[in-house]
Amino acid sequence: MSDFQTTNPVIKWIEYRLPVFSFLDHAIGTKYPTPKNLSYWWNFGSLAGLMLVIMIATGIVLAMQYTAHVDYAFDSVERIMRDVNYGWLIRYIHMNGGSFFFIVVYIHIFRGRYYGSYKAPRELLWMLGVVILLAMMATAFMGYVLPWGQMSFWGAKVITSLFSAFPLIGEDIVIWLWGGFSVDNPTLNRFFSLHYLLPFVLVGIVVVHIWALHQFGSNNPLGIETKGPQDSIPFHPYYTVKDLYGMGVFLAVFAAVVFFIPNAMGEADNYIEANSLVTPAHIVPEWYFLPYYAILRSITFDIWFLSAKLIGVILMFGSILVLLILPWLDRSPVRSSKFRPLHKQLFWVFVADCILLGWVGANPAEPPYLYFGQAGTVYYFAHFFIVLPLLSVLERPRPLPSSISEPVLKGGGTAMGATTKPMEKA
Amino acid sequence: MKRIIAGILGAALLSLGAQAQASESKALPDYSWSFDGIFGQFDRAALQRGYQVYREVCAGCHSMRLVTFRNLADLGYDAEQIKAFAVETTVIDGPDDEGEMFERDGKPSDRLPSPFPNDKAAAAANGGATPPDLSLMAKARPHGPSYIRALLAAGYEEPPGDFEILEGQNYNTYFPGNRIAMAAPLDDDVVEYQDGTEASVDQMAADVSHFLMWTAEPKLEQRKEMGIKVVLFLLVLSGILYAVKRKVWADLH
Amino acid sequence: MTDTASPSHGGEGETRRDFLYLLAGGMGAVGTVAAVWPLVDSMNPAADVLALSSTEVDLDPIEMGQRITITWRGNPVFVERRPPARIEEARAVPLEDLPDPEADDARVQRPEWLIMVGVCTHLGCIPKGQKQGDPLGEFGGWFCPCHGSHYDTSGRIRKGPAPKNLVVPPYNFLDDTKIRIG
Repeated sequence: MSDFQTTNPVIKWIEYRLPVFSFLDHAIGTKYPTPKNLSYWWNFGSLAGLMLVIMIATGIVLAMQYTAHVDYAFDSVERIMRDVNYGWLIRYIHMNGGSFFFIVVYIHIFRGRYYGSYKAPRELLWMLGVVILLAMMATAFMGYVLPWGQMSFWGAKVITSLFSAFPLIGEDIVIWLWGGFSVDNPTLNRFFSLHYLLPFVLVGIVVVHIWALHQFGSNNPLGIETKGPQDSIPFHPYYTVKDLYGMGVFLAVFAAVVFFIPNAMGEADNYIEANSLVTPAHIVPEWYFLPYYAILRSITFDIWFLSAKLIGVILMFGSILVLLILPWLDRSPVRSSKFRPLHKQLFWVFVADCILLGWVGANPAEPPYLYFGQAGTVYYFAHFFIVLPLLSVLERPRPLPSSISEPVLKGGGTAMGATTKPMEKA
Repeated sequence: MKRIIAGILGAALLSLGAQAQASESKALPDYSWSFDGIFGQFDRAALQRGYQVYREVCAGCHSMRLVTFRNLADLGYDAEQIKAFAVETTVIDGPDDEGEMFERDGKPSDRLPSPFPNDKAAAAANGGATPPDLSLMAKARPHGPSYIRALLAAGYEEPPGDFEILEGQNYNTYFPGNRIAMAAPLDDDVVEYQDGTEASVDQMAADVSHFLMWTAEPKLEQRKEMGIKVVLFLLVLSGILYAVKRKVWADLH
Repeated sequence: MTDTASPSHGGEGETRRDFLYLLAGGMGAVGTVAAVWPLVDSMNPAADVLALSSTEVDLDPIEMGQRITITWRGNPVFVERRPPARIEEARAVPLEDLPDPEADDARVQRPEWLIMVGVCTHLGCIPKGQKQGDPLGEFGGWFCPCHGSHYDTSGRIRKGPAPKNLVVPPYNFLDDTKIRIG
């Protein structure tokens, strides 16, 4: 392409035949204009990409040592921990990497919620993100089964049994998922196969996600479109270096957990080999699934012809699928919560609700936790189906600034809000 | 509004903590271990004593199938001592050229011997309760080392008057449900320590718990040593990248 | 990750900026290599594989002239109890006739016992000659059928594409009838 300048003859030679350098320059380089006011909350997209790379790299070498057979799986993981060179390190990175991947992606999602990044014209970008989340969850769930500990086995059994809630064909679906009449060797083998496959599917969806991102570029903390060149800066070097700095800090935190408290986010029960005859006292999923688990268990009553189990399953999947229609539930023309005082407060109520549900999910399904779980579930869905549509009509947003480079002068000095806002110098 | 949210969050966190406590039968004593903390390392003498307790007491019923004799080098034993430990044991190997299984002396590459040929035999010999493998015990229970030590050293008590204990059960305040099949395994001086340490019940419980932490997490020392270097490196790198970021962004302001 | 930003947009403090870029790029490169090394090294033999790398062989039941095959590190090891005639044959070969010159004495600890890794040094096939009726090649030793390498009664390459003699593994005699390989 004509707009790519270089004096390096090798790069010129390649560029002429395969314009990969100008492609990169437009994708993450000097030709990709980016709003100049992105805060550090915008770092989490690149961090998610970093985690995906780390998980695939460690996963590939772990798969070289792992044996997907019910008789050998547990011991092969322990062999990795004891005998394989740096095996303990690679396995702890992969194990905690799952958690950190979700931490990063959840922050990325909540950032999108707070600043209205899902609104037109970025609905499809958002929906692709929801699909990525679903694929991640499936991958993480199947990966957790592979070490074949007690929690692996019973988690797999409980979650696959959910599908029995579907009327008529439910039982057949479960037997098909298992490849037998219990979670057993065929189940373990197919989970391993899919756990290896899905991350590469994930890479594909991520590419499309970024493609969609480039159509209109990043949203920004003010939630208004860039009006001209004065509002934007090239992605490289400004955001490449900012992303690299974010990666450094993130990796330091990640490393601290991997090296000093590698089992803090895991369950002790998973260091006991799977036993199909002994159920652990409390079956709890990994922390990143706890809110959904709480929603699942909060339904204890049948409604009309729908069994409690089926409603629980529908609501659990619905709690994620509802995100797909979020752009049409929140009709407010203003994106950023900075200019939506009510939405800002209710956003934090929603965050608190998710934490509440996570706490309930970690506890037994009995009163009083059950009532908290039911209240939390009601608010979760009310937030989407009642609060957001109502806010779109009732809320009076603050006046928007006319452009990114001329921040709003009227509307009170507290417009920026005191809520955890990192430096926004740009 | 913010205060309400903070209140909800605070309450949730508090009860999370309370819940973690409640799932234990009794709050564990606050033992300290040489392997605690980011600079924590194993105590070789304690590991060797703990191995002696395991070998002379626990190994009568509990297997240790993930640990091999060669691993004992971590405890500070040399090749000859390890070989000596190994040859004391008999391993069933084979089949030989005639298709027969045969017995031979243990080798450093062999796993520590299991007291029973399989779980069913173990259960049959122990009134139906299989003594669990101890390789990972210190990671398979919350606060493993302290739990094991408390269970062994302080948990066995007379049951309260109305507490029903069946034949083959023992009362232990730290065991979930308080009914444990294992009778109190330690008594003062059931082992005679080679280094002359007094073999009190608490000493032996502490040593064997220390040893079990090593069997569960043998790479703990390498992990922490490497961790300090890696985290320091990343912090310095982050500092430099922050300086670079400041430099790059400087011309915007 | 190790993206060394090109300082294309100039200004003052150019040297300090360049130094910072170099430092960050250098550390990033070092960090990346250090992070990749464990992944690479994990593919090397693990501690349990290395620990199993010795095998004991009882020589007592082997008769004069008999060849047996045992397994060491997943490869066949040829053990032959050589009759005096075959030892003499091996010793009589002038070193200059050999593609890979090596005296027979240098290949055995006790002349009666020839112990070699039974893997052709060409491309890793297993030479014939261990079983009754196998072709022994033109030099009475072993013959690799894959690409036609001929080995003599000392396991030395004499003809064909293989570049080296059959490898003698490290072993030692525990007593007169027992050896440990590895």
